[in-house]
Amino acid sequence: MPYDLEHKASEAGLTAPSNALEGPPPEDRAAVSVRGLKKQFARYPALNDVSIDVRPGELLALLGPSGSGKTTLLRTIAGLEFPDEGQVLFDDVDVTYASAAARRVGFVFQQYALFRHMTVAKNIAFGLSVRKRKDRPNRKAIDARVAELLKLIELEGLGKRYPAQLSGGQRQRVALARALAVSPRVLLLDEPFGALDATVRKSLRRELRRIHNAAGVATVFVTHDQEEALELADRVAVLNLGRIEQIAAPDVLRNHPATAFVAGFVGEANRLEGAARGGVFRLGALELAAEGVADGPALAFVRPDQFELAGQGLEITVERVTLAGLITRVDAIDAAGHRLEIALPRGTEAGALVHGAKVFVKAVGGRVFPAT
Amino acid sequence: MVALAPHAGSPPRHPSAARRPLFRRRSAVPGFALTLGTTILILSLVVLIPVSAVVIRAAGMTPEAFAAAAFSRRALHAYYLSFGASFLAAMVNGVFGALTAWALVRYSFPGKALVNAIVDLPFALPTAVAGVSLAILYAPTGWVGGFLAPFGIKVAYNPTGVLIALIFIGLPFVVRTLEPVLRDLPIDVEEAAATLGAGRFDTIRRVIVPAILPAWLTGFALAFARAVGEYGSVIFIAGNMPFKSEIAPLLIAQELEQFDSAAASAIAVVMLGVAFLMLLLINGLQAWARRKT
Repeated sequence: MPYDLEHKASEAGLTAPSNALEGPPPEDRAAVSVRGLKKQFARYPALNDVSIDVRPGELLALLGPSGSGKTTLLRTIAGLEFPDEGQVLFDDVDVTYASAAARRVGFVFQQYALFRHMTVAKNIAFGLSVRKRKDRPNRKAIDARVAELLKLIELEGLGKRYPAQLSGGQRQRVALARALAVSPRVLLLDEPFGALDATVRKSLRRELRRIHNAAGVATVFVTHDQEEALELADRVAVLNLGRIEQIAAPDVLRNHPATAFVAGFVGEANRLEGAARGGVFRLGALELAAEGVADGPALAFVRPDQFELAGQGLEITVERVTLAGLITRVDAIDAAGHRLEIALPRGTEAGALVHGAKVFVKAVGGRVFPAT
Repeated sequence: MVALAPHAGSPPRHPSAARRPLFRRRSAVPGFALTLGTTILILSLVVLIPVSAVVIRAAGMTPEAFAAAAFSRRALHAYYLSFGASFLAAMVNGVFGALTAWALVRYSFPGKALVNAIVDLPFALPTAVAGVSLAILYAPTGWVGGFLAPFGIKVAYNPTGVLIALIFIGLPFVVRTLEPVLRDLPIDVEEAAATLGAGRFDTIRRVIVPAILPAWLTGFALAFARAVGEYGSVIFIAGNMPFKSEIAPLLIAQELEQFDSAAASAIAVVMLGVAFLMLLLINGLQAWARRKT
C-alpha cells in the first residue's frame, strides 16, 4: 500500500487539528477528559478528586507548587501512572487502564530522555520505526517525516548529530519533535523549560507556542513558574495539595482569583491579614471593599501596583527603594512586621521614600477572602 | 556509513598546542610524571618481566622443538578446550549475569542481601574448594550428578565439567560490571520509549541493550580472561583426560612437573598470544560500541 504523506501529515496535526473528526471539532468536545481522579501516595494524596477537560487544540498549563500533584496528573494522562479512582478519557473513549504505548500521546520529559546512542534523526523516527510492520510507514516516508519535523523545530541539517553534541535548548526541541512524530492525540510536557537557563527559556517559550500553533495538537504542560504559565497558556489550571483550585484564562486568573491560594500564588500579590466586617476589609487604617465576605478574620491580596501613597491608611516603614524603569519598587514593613512590596509610578514623592521613612499607603484594589 | 564521533565538534586546537612536547601538557591537576612513572614501574615488575621471561625461555628453543611442544595434537586439543569452554562459559555468564544484575538493580525482594553476597562467593572462595565442591556435587554419586546419571547425562569428568567450573568462577564479573551501569540507566528513557509506542521487547532491544553493551562487553571480557587462566577449580571436575578434558594450564603444569620448563613456556607463549589477541578484539568491539553512545 502506498504511503500517503499528505494524509499522515494532517493526521500528525501539522496541517489541521485532526482528520479523525468531520470538520472543525465543536468547542465543547474535550480531547482529553479527566474525571474524579484520585491517587494516594504512601502518606499524602497526590490527586484528590481532580477533574479537567483539555479542549482540542488548546495550550493548557498545570501550575502549582512542588507536591501539588501536577506531574502526577500529567503522568496519569500519559499512562505512566495509574489512578486509584476516576477515569481518563481520550475523545470520549475510556483509556484509564490502557498502557502508555497504546495511548499515542506525545510526552516530553523534564530531562528530555533522548536515546543517547541514536542520532537526532533516529530519535525522532523512533516512534514510527517501532510500529508493527503493517502500520509502519516505509523508510522513505519516515525520512520525509523526520525532515519535516527537523524543519519545524528549525534544526535542519543536525539530523546526524548525537544528543550529546547538542545544546540543552536543541535537545529540548528534538524531544518535542520526537513526541510529535507519532501524531499524538495530546502533547504532554513535564516542566519543559526547567533545565534551561533564563535566556534560552524565554526564546523556547515562544518556540513552543509557534510549534503548538503549527501542529494544532492539544497540549498540556506542567510548570511551577507562574510567569511561564500566564504568558504561554490559553488556560491555566492551578493545583494545590492534589486539588484543582481554579481553571481559567490567564487574565481571569490574575484579576479574578477564585480562592485565596490562587490569589497568593498567581501574580506577586501582598498578603494582608486583617478582618472583614460588613463587607469591608480592615487592617489598621487600610480599608478594602469585601462584598460577600463573611465577618471574621480575612485575607486580602493586593498587587504591588494596587497601593498608593496617602495621607492616612496603613503605616509602613520603607526598607529599600529600587528604581526599575517606569516604576519605583519599595520594600517595606508594616507595624506588625509583615513585608510588603509596593510599586509606584516613577517620581511619586521620591523625596519621602528613603530608608527608614514612615509613610501611609492605601489599597486601590485587591481581592479579599475569608481566612480559613 | 561511518558514525560521527561524539566529539567531532570539538574546537580546533590552539596552534601552539601542536608544538608542545609529546607527553607534557599544562594541567591544573599535577601528578602526571609521578603517576605514569609509578604505573610503568609496577607494570614492569609485576607483569612485563615475568611475561617476557616466559617468552625469552621459549625463544631459546629451536623452531622444531617449539613446534613439537606447542603444537602437538595434545596441546592443540587443550587450547581448543581452554578457549572454547572459556568462550562458552563467558557467553552463559553474559546471559545469566545480565539477568542477575537486572534483578538485583530493579527489584527488591526478600533475601536480596543474601543473593548479593552469594554472587561474590566465587571471587572469595579458594578455587580448589570450588573445584572439590563442584566435583562432589556433579559426580555420578553426587546430588546433581546422581539425579542426572539415570538419564545417561554425565556432567563431571568430561568437557561439560570444565564448562560448569568456568561458569561458576566467571559469574560475578558480569554481574558486578553491569550493576552500576544498569543502576545509572535513567528510567525516563524507558518511559519515553513506552509513550512512543514501543513494547517491552522493543524497549529492551533498541534502548536498554545498546546502552549497556559496552559494560556488557567488559564483563564478558573479564569473565573470559578469568576462565582462560583458571586452573584450580577445573582440575577437580574435569577428569583431565588428554584429548578429551585436559585444559591448557594443566598441560603446562604437567610439563613443569616433568622438569620440561621449555615445553611449558612454549605452550604458555601460545596461550599468551591467543589470549592477548582475543582481549584486543573485545576491546576494539567495546570502543566501537562506546562510540555509538
